[in-house]
Amino acid sequence: MCLAIPARIIELDKDIAVVDAMGNRFKAKTTLLPEAGIGNLVLIHAGFAISLVNEEEAKKTCDLIEEINKFQDTPNRISG
Amino acid sequence: MLDRIKKAQEIMEAACKTLGRQVNIMEVCGTHTVSIFRNGIKSALPDRLKLLSGPGCPVCVTDQSYIDTVLQLADRDDCVIATYGDMIRVPGKGGSLETKPRANVKVVLSSEDALQLAKDNPNKNVVFVAVGFETTAPATAVVVKEASEQGIDNFYILSGHKLVVPAMRALLSAKNNNIDAFLCPGHVSVIIGYGAFAEIVEDFGRPCVVAGFEPMQIIEGLAEICRQLSAGKAELKSVYTAVVTEQGNTAAQKIIAECFEPADGYWRGLGKIEKSTLKLKDRYSRFDALKRFGLAEIPGEERKGCRCGEVLCGLIEPPQCSLFERTCTPEEPVGACMVSSEGACAAWFKYGRRKRREQ
Repeated sequence: MCLAIPARIIELDKDIAVVDAMGNRFKAKTTLLPEAGIGNLVLIHAGFAISLVNEEEAKKTCDLIEEINKFQDTPNRISG
Repeated sequence: MLDRIKKAQEIMEAACKTLGRQVNIMEVCGTHTVSIFRNGIKSALPDRLKLLSGPGCPVCVTDQSYIDTVLQLADRDDCVIATYGDMIRVPGKGGSLETKPRANVKVVLSSEDALQLAKDNPNKNVVFVAVGFETTAPATAVVVKEASEQGIDNFYILSGHKLVVPAMRALLSAKNNNIDAFLCPGHVSVIIGYGAFAEIVEDFGRPCVVAGFEPMQIIEGLAEICRQLSAGKAELKSVYTAVVTEQGNTAAQKIIAECFEPADGYWRGLGKIEKSTLKLKDRYSRFDALKRFGLAEIPGEERKGCRCGEVLCGLIEPPQCSLFERTCTPEEPVGACMVSSEGACAAWFKYGRRKRREQ
């Protein structure tokens, strides 16, 4: 239930934002994150931005996922 | 990456060796539970490291009386129930929301959609089924404030919002003292900040580590806990540095405090816990569905044979319940832990079957 997804703010009018999550665009509110601005990567939960995402830290996770994906493509992996 | 996993495994092995017994770590977040099962994390852990799924799934911990109250309201011709999809199949007296007249139940993705429903249906009373922990509560507070400012007089909320830390305290104090440490919820911590768990560390001497939901985050969170246990320490830490800060989201905390106050309330499996739920403050009490419809909060009775309560306290694992897989399945759930995809029983059912067949 506490699922949240990262998305980038594309448009912002007062506290109503249009955000982009992996190519999907939808509306979200920034009422709970007044410091959010256009271009920020934010975490969206139940229609609200709840946190700025520290992109440097997030990149580490993305790099790891990338590494796992590459590893899965190698012929030497142990498949189960 | 493999090096990191290996290193984490060594730290975990060392903790089990140092303690010389089974190490019990509880995750208090349904999203962690699902990630642990889906990614097969248990298979990467030492045999003596046990993960317990605690009261971290909001649907699972919602007391039966709350469900019955929602169902009662769904039978009224003058009401429309607006609910997150998670609650639609939870069984109660006389069925579930799924079995109620379609016109009376609407699934929403956001509290804003529930308020819009009230604006679009001025002749109906729209009741928002407001469940969830601190992650979700601010979204409810925002719409209560908006409804007040805009003079919407047909919008109500049935607050089932709950607070994570009082439940952890109650667990350790009264239900299960065998929990060595907590893997703390990632997105609740976005709101309350990892500093909120300091009281568990200080008062109970249990390590509290916040982690995100990627498998490596969970493994590193567990390793951090084990590092502390080996050293005989209990510390507060977050490995979910991309979004969690010590203070959390202060704007969200402020709006929760503006609309709600902590109140004693019932949890499935844990009973009544002091100041563990969020009740609307007096200035917003006209939006309280309990008051509007003259309903009282009474403790609910769990369904016969259902052991969800013990599962939620980490006292038993789902297969130890005699209903599990026999009369209680995701298609026909008896208890809430089987209804929610984030429930421990549903996760065991979905991901634990192959392993059990192999045994």
